[in-house]
Amino acid sequence: MTDFEPRIVAFLCNWCASTAADLAGTSRIQYPPNVRVIRLMCSGQLDPIYVAKAVLEGADGVLIGGCHPGDCHYQSGNFKARRRVAILQQVLGQLGLEPERVWLRWISASEGQYFADTVTEMVETIRELGPAPLRGQWSI
Amino acid sequence: MQGWLKGRGSADETIRHLLGKLLADGVVDGLLVSLRTPDARNAVPTLVRDAALLERAVPLAPVLPVNAGMALGRITASGALGRVGAVMRNCELRTAVELSKVKQVVLDDVLFIGVDCLGTYRVEDYARMVGEGLDPVVSALAVARQGRVEPLDGFAFRSACTMCERPIPGEGESYAPHIAFGLLGVESTERLWVSVRDDRLTEVLGVEPAEEPEARIAAVQTLVAARTAERDRRLTEFSERAHNPLALLAEFSTCIRCQNCMVTCPICYCKECIFRTEVFDHPSPRYWDWAERKGGVRLPSDTLLFHVTRMLHMAHACVGCGMCSDSCPVSIPVADIFRAVGQRVQESFGYVPGRDPDEEMIIATFREDELGEMGK
Repeated sequence: MTDFEPRIVAFLCNWCASTAADLAGTSRIQYPPNVRVIRLMCSGQLDPIYVAKAVLEGADGVLIGGCHPGDCHYQSGNFKARRRVAILQQVLGQLGLEPERVWLRWISASEGQYFADTVTEMVETIRELGPAPLRGQWSI
Repeated sequence: MQGWLKGRGSADETIRHLLGKLLADGVVDGLLVSLRTPDARNAVPTLVRDAALLERAVPLAPVLPVNAGMALGRITASGALGRVGAVMRNCELRTAVELSKVKQVVLDDVLFIGVDCLGTYRVEDYARMVGEGLDPVVSALAVARQGRVEPLDGFAFRSACTMCERPIPGEGESYAPHIAFGLLGVESTERLWVSVRDDRLTEVLGVEPAEEPEARIAAVQTLVAARTAERDRRLTEFSERAHNPLALLAEFSTCIRCQNCMVTCPICYCKECIFRTEVFDHPSPRYWDWAERKGGVRLPSDTLLFHVTRMLHMAHACVGCGMCSDSCPVSIPVADIFRAVGQRVQESFGYVPGRDPDEEMIIATFREDELGEMGK
């Protein structure tokens, strides 16, 4: 699977994870270009329907990035996100939809290097897993 | 308090008499109970304020045209004009409890009157029975008397009922109805078994305290065990069948996208469901793009997304009433699928839908000290 380039959709919160992604860029930290970032105001704003949409449409991985527990700009949004992602992973697991492709990470605004490392690790892990099972499926 | 009430004929007649008494004595200002439609081919949840209408009441009608828990929302959510006595089977009571958590039912105004569920038939089967001159209530009671729950010869119960492990009100639940009439193993014309939650009702109804008869305890245990086994069998069957994405797709390949499962689901309460908005009505060129990328695109698109989204949004609170399976025109076993998926989520959070109104819905709350292994 040498020519397989994973496509990762990242939902990042405005205050921490997406600021970290910015920092990675302004610090000129190198990381794989396989990630498409969608910025949200808060990880707690993410309805799991959009993660499901990405998974079913053939995204090879989905990264959800929020502030560290206790640091949410809106107090508790990341705790809500954590529950939703836990439910999502259980449902995907029950349906044979490979929950290990959905990652939740806490990335603070100062952790540009950690963001880059996370993306690198995720791309490598998913490269091993291979393309998403429903990628290219017309009948979903 | 448990005990006996004086019988007034069959349990059906005794319950009807007692409902009239609750209304006449002002214990309740209205009753939510199934009434025979004028043609008698259906029995539908009705808010009754005139006691004269109660002669049409069939509190034990083995049919579930709509989930009465949903009906209860209509008459309480934005201000009940009094107290309503709600005659319900246990799946409907569980529905009411779940809906109260999302403010679609207000429990303060409700006096729950539970009845042992002796199984229910599909609406068209019930209509056919009545058309053929059969009386499904009389036959259900005759079997219940002997401690069993069985369908009439030549008919089958609704699919969800056959794996319902919680058919007895209050049994194993933290939330018992105010009044629960027991039939299984005890039905007779002389007396009616009842469990009552408060002393005033004990007095109003004239309950003669007694220990629960052995025959009833045994019958309930046997029924619950058999249903639990059937539930486990079917949920395991689904998990083994749909263990990979293509098998999952096969489950829904016959879906015609009518959305009946969503419309009839009492837990899917959102006034503006995302699937009724334009969010997934994409601009035409997008479909062409997808078709180019994948070779083709099934239309309407997002069929699997529709079902997976419902699983994400409501399966954690699924009460197992089975309205979804009943309403599916292509016989997809929707209820089995949703119960199988929901059960795993429910177990992991120690949540039992409909057990207790004070238990918060899984997605409506969080704990700071949970799921520490998630996120890094």
